[in-house]
Amino acid sequence: MFNYFEPNKIFSITSKVQKYTIYIFIIVLCIGLFEAIILSPKDYIQSDSVRIMYVHVPSAWLSLGIFTVISILSFFSLIFKNKNFPLICKSLAPSGILFSIIALVTGSIWGKPTWGTWWAWDARITSMLVLVLFYIMYILAWKIFSEKEKANKISSIIAILGLINIPIIKFSVDWWSTLHQPASINILSKTTIHSSMLIPLTIMTAAFALFALLIFLMKYNTELIKIKNKGLDRL
Amino acid sequence: MYGKRVKLRFFFISTLILTFILIIYLLLEAFEKEVVYFLSPTDIKNMSEIDSKKIRVGGMVKNGSISTETDKINFIITDFKNEIIVTYSGAVPNLFMEEKGVVAEGYLKDKNFFIAKKILAKHDENYMPPEVKEAIEDY
Repeated sequence: MFNYFEPNKIFSITSKVQKYTIYIFIIVLCIGLFEAIILSPKDYIQSDSVRIMYVHVPSAWLSLGIFTVISILSFFSLIFKNKNFPLICKSLAPSGILFSIIALVTGSIWGKPTWGTWWAWDARITSMLVLVLFYIMYILAWKIFSEKEKANKISSIIAILGLINIPIIKFSVDWWSTLHQPASINILSKTTIHSSMLIPLTIMTAAFALFALLIFLMKYNTELIKIKNKGLDRL
Repeated sequence: MYGKRVKLRFFFISTLILTFILIIYLLLEAFEKEVVYFLSPTDIKNMSEIDSKKIRVGGMVKNGSISTETDKINFIITDFKNEIIVTYSGAVPNLFMEEKGVVAEGYLKDKNFFIAKKILAKHDENYMPPEVKEAIEDY
């Protein structure tokens, strides 16, 4: 099960999916932006600056989610020597690093008018910076080592070790006193975002996820074409 | 089912992860004081001695405690157990108001008096439109 990989079959599907994804992404993004900028209300205390949330929160979620997927796939690819997982991980990394940087930058822009500072060395923000550093290490590991096998091993280990940072980011606001407020959206307890703001947040998350999927498919298809050009139909 | 090498790799990576988790856990435990962004008024009360280093105190701005003089603003930070009086001169962030979270950075004069050099507003996890807030208050 873990070693099944046929680039040609996968490519015939993913290249089609890529074409549709771009249209769905544009439609969902337009609806999301319209909801976020025009339809959604001002916050009772932050007024219009709450709208940064519709970019900040989805980016943060996706950067965490993508890193988790990379780590788990890396774990299996290291153990079972799967040929496909490294390609998936490698193709996921660019959108992951992009979203983690967007989360930091928009957080900084949001922090200035609300908290009164661009940057604070609190646990949430610092651990998020560590995530960006892990992404940088991961991507650089693929570029530095020209030998495929070695690059895969080292980048996978970086991704696996970086996974420990993910729960630290998630629970930093509960474990320690931080400037960053605790989570508003909770599965076990009450969600503290009003539904009129939750709807645009959900749509924007879907739009960003589609964007991540689109970039992933572009990178992934490139990787598959590279394999095809080498004349290796089966690895 | 799986070969010996697969099992060995699994064992190696699992050990690596466990070791790393343990190291991170020990580091975070050891540097708990550095990881915490601010102290509560209760933490200040429990301090054995007052050091002259720059520290941060955080909590709620006590209702009705903000008073402004010509170039100074005084208020009380509370964690509903203990309180500390803060004095500050300068501009405060927009979200600084009574019954909202605040983090003050500065120096302790004594255990009840804090001279702030910087004020940060700490907002909570509640987001809602103004109309909903009014409705909740009326209710």
